[in-house]
Amino acid sequence: MKRLITLTVNGTPYEVAVEPRQSLLQLLREELHLTGTKEGCSEGECGACTVLLDGKTVDSCLIFALEVQGRDVVTIEGLARGDQLHPVQKTFAEYGAVQCGFCTPGMILAATALLESNPHPTEAEIRQGISGNLCRCTGYVKIVEAIQAAARG
Amino acid sequence: MGEEALKNFEYFDPTSVGEAVALLQQHAGSAKVLAGGTDLFLRMHRRALLPDVVVDLKRITELADLRYSDQEGLRLGATVTHGEVVEHAAVQQHYGALAPAANWVGSLQTRHRGTVVGNLCNASPAADTAPALLSYGAIVTIVGPEGQREVPLEAFFQGPGRTALGPAEIVTALRLPPAPVQRGWGYARRTRTVIDIALVSSCTVIQANNGVCGEVRISLGAVGPTPLRATQAEAVLRGQRPSAALLAEASRVAAEEARPISDVRCSAEYRKDMVEVLTKRCTESALRMLQML
Repeated sequence: MKRLITLTVNGTPYEVAVEPRQSLLQLLREELHLTGTKEGCSEGECGACTVLLDGKTVDSCLIFALEVQGRDVVTIEGLARGDQLHPVQKTFAEYGAVQCGFCTPGMILAATALLESNPHPTEAEIRQGISGNLCRCTGYVKIVEAIQAAARG
Repeated sequence: MGEEALKNFEYFDPTSVGEAVALLQQHAGSAKVLAGGTDLFLRMHRRALLPDVVVDLKRITELADLRYSDQEGLRLGATVTHGEVVEHAAVQQHYGALAPAANWVGSLQTRHRGTVVGNLCNASPAADTAPALLSYGAIVTIVGPEGQREVPLEAFFQGPGRTALGPAEIVTALRLPPAPVQRGWGYARRTRTVIDIALVSSCTVIQANNGVCGEVRISLGAVGPTPLRATQAEAVLRGQRPSAALLAEASRVAAEEARPISDVRCSAEYRKDMVEVLTKRCTESALRMLQML
């Protein structure tokens, strides 16, 4: 039995009919066609599905769509302002922090949330702050450097 | 994404505890409670649980309460997340061990959703907050069809994955009694990586008077069928002036009290060894905070 929910995604209000078993991740990708958010493990272990829910990073694969009734979601698509990349997106590109790119949307959102709460993190704090996001390609070095560069501003 | 992955279900989001209990009674046996969802969703996704009904507690505003007073202590509602506990000033000030304990749970993403109470209701012997909560004497408030009751956390855990909750009962809150004096604490955990389950965890909380140990609580995680208090180790220190020898003895006794198993993560022998090491570290930390070492 579908239920109608309303939510805001990247500043835009949406009204969507969802089944109880649908996850927020499915809602974003399949109903709203915002495919920047990735399905990695579907277990809340890899962070590829990370989005901001009312400003906080969450694994969208473990949240039922019905739970976000009335809430505010930000996905990777919501970071750039038109052609203007977010500073973290810029440094990720500049510092080679992207290889296959699959972890990147979640990683960038985790990084932006980290810098929002801690504008000048140490390397240890950066590694702790992105510890919910796994990357199989880069070995994290360039990711850390990109975040440090974004923090320097 | 597999449509076969999750079975569909009826979703309710009641706005009162009474409503929630009534729903659980009405759908007895086929209803599951949803708080943060980080465990329930996973089990449903793996089809380990196939509830027909899910009762979401997050619209019951009283359950989101996290408050402290000198008279009542700390009160944590059922939908309070680990993230909220980590950041709470009163936790850091009065129940210091609970902050790092809650900070160990999963990832930041998990902590922004997963609730402390929900995690305890899963009754994993390795639950990260359990040793800290046990050492602070946490009491569980339960509401069901028969009304409200309180159970000390030790009695709430009854075995791996088993709690004292009866049918149609929910935990509404966790209560940590106020401390009459300043307490020293230590919390430690052995793990492979940040988001892995604990191999061993340990928490010591000590109250002291004039250089003599008063109330001593040493709690251990992942070394028995439930999180447990090392009561014999506590007795070694209680009423005594601490010394290196006494500390070593207490740590040795704690290791003997532990009843670990060998599993995919590590061996029972390693766990026993680590209980001794972690107990010593946590107790040292607690005593140093009280300037007794």
